[in-house]
Amino acid sequence: MESSLLYSEILPGGATWSHVLKRGTALRITDREGNANVAAYFLNFENPSERFNLPDTLKAQHTARLRAGNVLFSDMGRVLCSITEDSVGWHDPIAGISNAALIEKKYGKTTYQQARNGWYQNARDGFLLELGKYGMGPRDLHATVNFFSKVVVDEDGNMQYVRNNSQEGSYIELRAEMNTLVLLNTSPHPLNDDPEYALKPVELSINRVPTPMRNDRCRTLCPENARGFVLTELYFL
Amino acid sequence: MQTTILTPSSLKPEAALHSYIVEAGDSFVLEIAKGQTFRIVDLEGNQAVDTIFYNARDYSDRYSAQDTIREQSNIYLTTGSRLLSTNGNALLTVTADTCGRHDTLGGACAAESNMVRYDLTKRYMHACRNSFLKGLQLWDRGMDKRDITSNINFFMNVPVTPDGQLTFEDGVSDAGKYVELCADMDVLMVISNCPQLNNPCNGYNPTPVQILIWDKNVH
Repeated sequence: MESSLLYSEILPGGATWSHVLKRGTALRITDREGNANVAAYFLNFENPSERFNLPDTLKAQHTARLRAGNVLFSDMGRVLCSITEDSVGWHDPIAGISNAALIEKKYGKTTYQQARNGWYQNARDGFLLELGKYGMGPRDLHATVNFFSKVVVDEDGNMQYVRNNSQEGSYIELRAEMNTLVLLNTSPHPLNDDPEYALKPVELSINRVPTPMRNDRCRTLCPENARGFVLTELYFL
Repeated sequence: MQTTILTPSSLKPEAALHSYIVEAGDSFVLEIAKGQTFRIVDLEGNQAVDTIFYNARDYSDRYSAQDTIREQSNIYLTTGSRLLSTNGNALLTVTADTCGRHDTLGGACAAESNMVRYDLTKRYMHACRNSFLKGLQLWDRGMDKRDITSNINFFMNVPVTPDGQLTFEDGVSDAGKYVELCADMDVLMVISNCPQLNNPCNGYNPTPVQILIWDKNVH
């Protein structure tokens, strides 16, 4: 079960990243300073009309939080990525991403002219620009997830952002089960109550990893995941 | 115990502009003008009505479940909920609700998700995302699977627990319960009246719903 490091870089706060994560590799995201937020979205690179489906992901695994053992389902019943490792235990799949109006309302208006690359970027515009580089647009940006952040729901449905969910050195590892276009953005979580636009860097590293075996923790989490892996393997036959 | 508040409507069915019956397993596509109000009636009870809304002038600007629940700080939709689009526009507002709670996290069933959730042999059962796709194809304005995005499940009960579990519970709806929405802008509504037979979202018995529409001057 050896894995080997192929690449690493630091993704600064307030920035957008994308990469086609190949089947047989995994992306590890490490919170460098604590309280990072990484919005993420996933598409099948070979046919991007197949993309991350949040409701299918939550329904199949009977969860409204993401952690080790969970997988990210596409709308076609296949597994785009698996969460093979996770030191946090709760990643937010429900609160969505920041947009320009939300960021301006919370932190004030910045322009490039005035703030240069210190301007306050938002996740929606970042994702739309990045999707544009692959020939896609707003119709292609569906529901997203927020790694390292936690939002709880009470029995009346009220949502509450939970501070300090992620410590320095916390990590999550995503194993690609398909050739997956991964988009990440490190703008603050839209419900983050810090009055400052905090720039929180994360480390990204890509490793070669073994093919999941029959006893893989993500495959065996629930019968739904096992069927998702069967459908994913069928795709590559 | 959960708190729900029921809000009946004063609109009279006999004053409605139009009335439609949508059978289970059918799609239904309709433009609703700014200021018009429509009601969805759960005629026989415990029926899930999967619905997507678009800005009628720009279909790439569409209902966003995540933005809607975050901005109202609550995951359930009921009277007073303002449905937001991906561009931050208010599409519609829920103006009356005798059910009390509607889901927007559970998404729509599909042949593919039925295979994952129940059994690989379920691929050949009818499902909402097939109805959505058919509705969009018949609408013939260039929309396709990329436009099948987050939806509302009117009358469906999908609680999230404080420890982060997502459960499907028996419906909180009953025969004759309804929800009413007023359009804050011109919108396109795409409904799949859910044909699901594998879980309790329709009480294992998918049934018809009624759509009533009132013009903006009738209040």
